[in-house]
Amino acid sequence: MSQLEITGLRKHYGSFEALKGIDLSVPEGEFCVFVGPSGCGKSTLLRTIAGLEESSHGTIAIDGEVVNDLRPRDRNIAMVFQNYALYPYLSVFENIAFGLRARRVADAEVNRRVGEAAEMLGITPLLDRQPRQLSGGQRQRVAIGRAVVRDARLFLFDEPLSNLDAQLRDGMRAEIKRLHGEIGKTTIYVTHDQIEAMTLADRIVLLREGRIEQEGAPLDMFERPRTRFVAGFLGSPQMNFLPVEAGADGLVLADGQRLPRPLNASGATGSLVLGVRPEHFSRAGEPVAGEGRLDILVDLVQPTGTRTYAQFRVGAQEVTAELPAHSVEAPGARLALAVDMARVSLFDADGIALR
Amino acid sequence: MRLRPERGLGLVLRFILALVVLVFFLFPIYWLAIISFKTPDEIFSFPPVWWPEAIQFANYAVLFKDGDVETIGNSLFIAGASTLVATLLGTMCAYSIARFRTGGNMFSDWIISNRMIPPIVIVFPIFLLFVALGLVDTYIGLIMLYTAFNLPYVIWMMRGYIQDVPVELEEAALVDGLTRFEVFRKVVLPMVRGGLFATAVFTFVFAWNEFIFALVLTRNEVTTFPVQVTHYFGGQSNLWAKIAAMSVLGTVPIFIVVAFLQRFLVRGISLGAVKG
Repeated sequence: MSQLEITGLRKHYGSFEALKGIDLSVPEGEFCVFVGPSGCGKSTLLRTIAGLEESSHGTIAIDGEVVNDLRPRDRNIAMVFQNYALYPYLSVFENIAFGLRARRVADAEVNRRVGEAAEMLGITPLLDRQPRQLSGGQRQRVAIGRAVVRDARLFLFDEPLSNLDAQLRDGMRAEIKRLHGEIGKTTIYVTHDQIEAMTLADRIVLLREGRIEQEGAPLDMFERPRTRFVAGFLGSPQMNFLPVEAGADGLVLADGQRLPRPLNASGATGSLVLGVRPEHFSRAGEPVAGEGRLDILVDLVQPTGTRTYAQFRVGAQEVTAELPAHSVEAPGARLALAVDMARVSLFDADGIALR
Repeated sequence: MRLRPERGLGLVLRFILALVVLVFFLFPIYWLAIISFKTPDEIFSFPPVWWPEAIQFANYAVLFKDGDVETIGNSLFIAGASTLVATLLGTMCAYSIARFRTGGNMFSDWIISNRMIPPIVIVFPIFLLFVALGLVDTYIGLIMLYTAFNLPYVIWMMRGYIQDVPVELEEAALVDGLTRFEVFRKVVLPMVRGGLFATAVFTFVFAWNEFIFALVLTRNEVTTFPVQVTHYFGGQSNLWAKIAAMSVLGTVPIFIVVAFLQRFLVRGISLGAVKG
């Protein structure tokens, strides 16, 4: 049974429509990530679920109960905020206990549950400190502790890691995933970071301008994006988009080179866009009939250590290929690249993937 | 930026300068206090007596015997009550304006503009109003009036402090299970405590010092301390001993309030200064 059921949800701010009709159901125990560029409505959607924003139309149901008209406190959800939202005048212990005290839980029970949560997050030695004495990572743990200590129906995370530096972020990301595994609560997590979305989610909900662009399992969305927008948002470096003239027998690129038709695309012809991820390129061996093959002139080389990014042009279009380290040493090299035509995507003029 | 620790001559000069400034500003207070302990002869002697031969409390005794000190009690009660009501109501108004944009964007500007009316302009209308309502020479009358004067100030100041409270703190508390009023009490008030105390002190001092309305709107029942002091300035002569002793007594409550809240005052004022 789905625990969170959203139907026809709209949200206006004056004449601006932040959410333009969201339909979504999240099953019990799922880790669901809302992702999208800023202004796509992901935070508004989360805040509307929390009850911090009122919806204009549509319903939100938790465990089958419509909660539209319930105050945040009556929805029994826990939320972690981007800037931690710790009370500076309370100790770490009291910060974590805040939600329990608000619900008038008995002292012994408060002690037990705060102790457990602190243990789980490794912050037991910090319980007597004040928030200002903690580092960013420790504050984030306390903020998470405040959520897990409550026996809430839903956990909401609003960009919890974006205030942390990169190294800490990787560690906390793993920790949040582990925590979700231990607690098993339905979790909704908002981020603009596609890596966080890919690594954490059971399911990604990608929003764009107040609508769900696509939802699904991370790898599914990565490998079979439904639109050019999804394809471009997920993956780093970004997917390359090459304008092509598609005929029945193959694709003609802007510089006149030819590629065979992608294996998984429909037979549409005309002006289309070919989506090739950097990792869909590889060094080509001896020419084989029917393979995708491009002859290129490398104009920029970016080694990362494990892999090397080679940039080249196809017509006016800058294209990035991800190759093994040491494949290309310097700009100016002429290479033959193979294109994995089983994995590329083809989009029509409106950016819809052709399958 | 850290100042280089001063040594030797620089430090000495600095101390001397501080001392001069201090003497300049503290002298009137010293003079006032010392007069209150003098005998009538010493008060009028020339050259002036810098330190009386014997500290004597006769000037104070008279004030207590004649019941003049009751006016300080009146002032304490009126200033205290109006401060309490004004900060309580004002903070709630400020919260509403800061968080829910009650009254629109210009509302708080409009409210503070009430402070720009020169009091003298409304003395007479208010007097007529008080006569009609039977509020002349009553505690409740002055308390209401001072509350009305202080509300705009409290609202304006507290609105600023409340806007500085991260809204996520309140949202987190709402999600955690607090009602809106509990959020106000358990999150907003602790966060703005410094500003609240600073504002309360200024409110109290205003009511404590207020003269013109207290003069016009009271008779014999609820004379306040500043009005009482003026009774000692006579057509023939000034009762310097009483003036001094009464002024000292009237300064003490303010001293105590400020001494207790000094910590919050400095922080509260500078906070407001930065965030404006």
